[in-house]
Amino acid sequence: MYHKTLSYRVFSAFNNTVLLVIAILCLLPMFHLLMVSLSSSAAANAGLVTLWPKGLTFDAYEKTFRNANFLKSLWISIERTVLGTALGMLVNAIAAYALSKDTRVFRARNVYLWFFVVTMLFPGGLIPSYILILKLHLINNLFALILPGLVAVYNIILLLNFFRSVPKELEEAAFIDGAGHVRTFWAVYLPISLPSLATVSLFTMVSHWNAYFDGLIYMKDAAKLPLASFMQTIIVQADMTKFDPAAIAGLSQRTLRASQIFIGALPILIVYPFLQRYFVKGIVIGAVKE
Amino acid sequence: MEANTSKSAARELKDRKRGYKQPWTLHLMVLPAALLVLIFSYVPMLGNVMAFQDYKARLGFAHSPWVGFKHFHYMFTNDYFVKIIGNTLLFACSKVVLNLVVPFLFALLLNEVRKMGLKRSIQTFVYLPHFLSWVTLSGILIDVLGQTGIVNQLLTSAFGIKPIFFLGDGTWFRVTIIVSDVWKEFGFNTIIFLAALSGINPALYEAAEVDGASRWKQTLNITVPSLLPILIVVATLAMGNVLNANFDQVFNLYSPMIYQQGDIIDTFVYREGLLGGQFSFATAVGFFKSVISLVLIVFSYRLAYKYAGYRIF
Repeated sequence: MYHKTLSYRVFSAFNNTVLLVIAILCLLPMFHLLMVSLSSSAAANAGLVTLWPKGLTFDAYEKTFRNANFLKSLWISIERTVLGTALGMLVNAIAAYALSKDTRVFRARNVYLWFFVVTMLFPGGLIPSYILILKLHLINNLFALILPGLVAVYNIILLLNFFRSVPKELEEAAFIDGAGHVRTFWAVYLPISLPSLATVSLFTMVSHWNAYFDGLIYMKDAAKLPLASFMQTIIVQADMTKFDPAAIAGLSQRTLRASQIFIGALPILIVYPFLQRYFVKGIVIGAVKE
Repeated sequence: MEANTSKSAARELKDRKRGYKQPWTLHLMVLPAALLVLIFSYVPMLGNVMAFQDYKARLGFAHSPWVGFKHFHYMFTNDYFVKIIGNTLLFACSKVVLNLVVPFLFALLLNEVRKMGLKRSIQTFVYLPHFLSWVTLSGILIDVLGQTGIVNQLLTSAFGIKPIFFLGDGTWFRVTIIVSDVWKEFGFNTIIFLAALSGINPALYEAAEVDGASRWKQTLNITVPSLLPILIVVATLAMGNVLNANFDQVFNLYSPMIYQQGDIIDTFVYREGLLGGQFSFATAVGFFKSVISLVLIVFSYRLAYKYAGYRIF
């Protein structure tokens, strides 16, 4: 019994401590910045804040939430996330259902699958995609952020692997009762795959919320930037030229920057516990085939 | 032969009885996704022809003059291009290797943590950065690693070291890029190894226990060999990423000061093409990257299939 040997016990205690320290170190930068956002502006600028707020105040959050530009891009982010996830899940799930049938039932299955997979192997390229959006007159249009990434081939493959693990007897029963494919998908497959659908939707939501680059290149009008692109512009690039100077006065102050970073990350931090419950299972099931 | 046809006929009849008679519904269900992919993936793919043209917006694809391999020729005779290929390879290869080794070791060590609560908390903490965007993390890093940031404060007060320009000095920038990428991803990458660890047959350990093998011996002779196949699969598949140095990370952390040591193919394409208006040249650079990546991906998937039976669908 190695558990009881002295050397293993020493190792175990050491190991537990080291791993815990590493785990805490992973979060420390985030925690520090949270403390900065909760400190008074003077203390933060003087670099007095470490792991505890100096002169605790919610001033920065109040100012951020009173800023019209910030609120506008927050709303655009919410719009794109909700709309993008709903449409994306619908399109990807029905495609995955059809592709989960084997070639005996759906002869064109493999042709379609390759049609999709090729796009994963050979992406279109930045400039041609940009010109396409330009030619479709989607610049400054919310759909420029939603349509290009709507079909997520990886998600289709994940979902079709889930659907294939649904026992065939269920669909046979539905067919015998006279249901067509649409009905079977809706009444049999959807309810049974809710956990996997939830996983994939959470992932889609996170990627929509975090996406900044498409907003940066397709939204020429600064008032239409989603939150991630807005933050990229004023925090990372520190580029204020796109905005009315009076309207964003002070948004680049240290405490305010920190508060914006946290508000931007908050939705992720909220869905994270749910994500975590599902993603291990999702990844493992997605990776293991019959 | 006869038996075969009658068998398949019987099967077809059975399929029909089951209601498998609506392939057109299935086509309709794939249609929306297929159309979207056609427009937003295949059209830009064809748009790559502009790499062989001198694309002018007012002339369009049809009338822009063809120039053959001019842009590719210019690319390979350009010193700066050679430099960014070097940067890209350096970043991508270091990340590929470290994002394999660190998660592997971390999974092995985490597997030894017996207190379930502790194990779960550690996992929760180390997975988290994976879900935050590079915009958020760059905002954090820019503040923390800045000249007056907490890290430099600590270095000065505790070790008496002069402030380091983590994001402004070429060498430190490279270190920051590689380390911060591992920081963001190592936790998440342990998942696949942890899953493999839980799949090892406990009987192997019991037998080793009876034989009096120490935990170290068990790890060396049972755990590591059992994880080897999945390690090989992950390593092989990572090969396709050799030219992917992570645009989002570099783009959000770099600055003109360190272009020489920090610029990568993707950021170069963005600046030359979208900011500089060199549409055709930037497309040529992107096209070159896509072709090399495609070759690598196809090759690595074949290897993974051949040696580990890995399939994506």
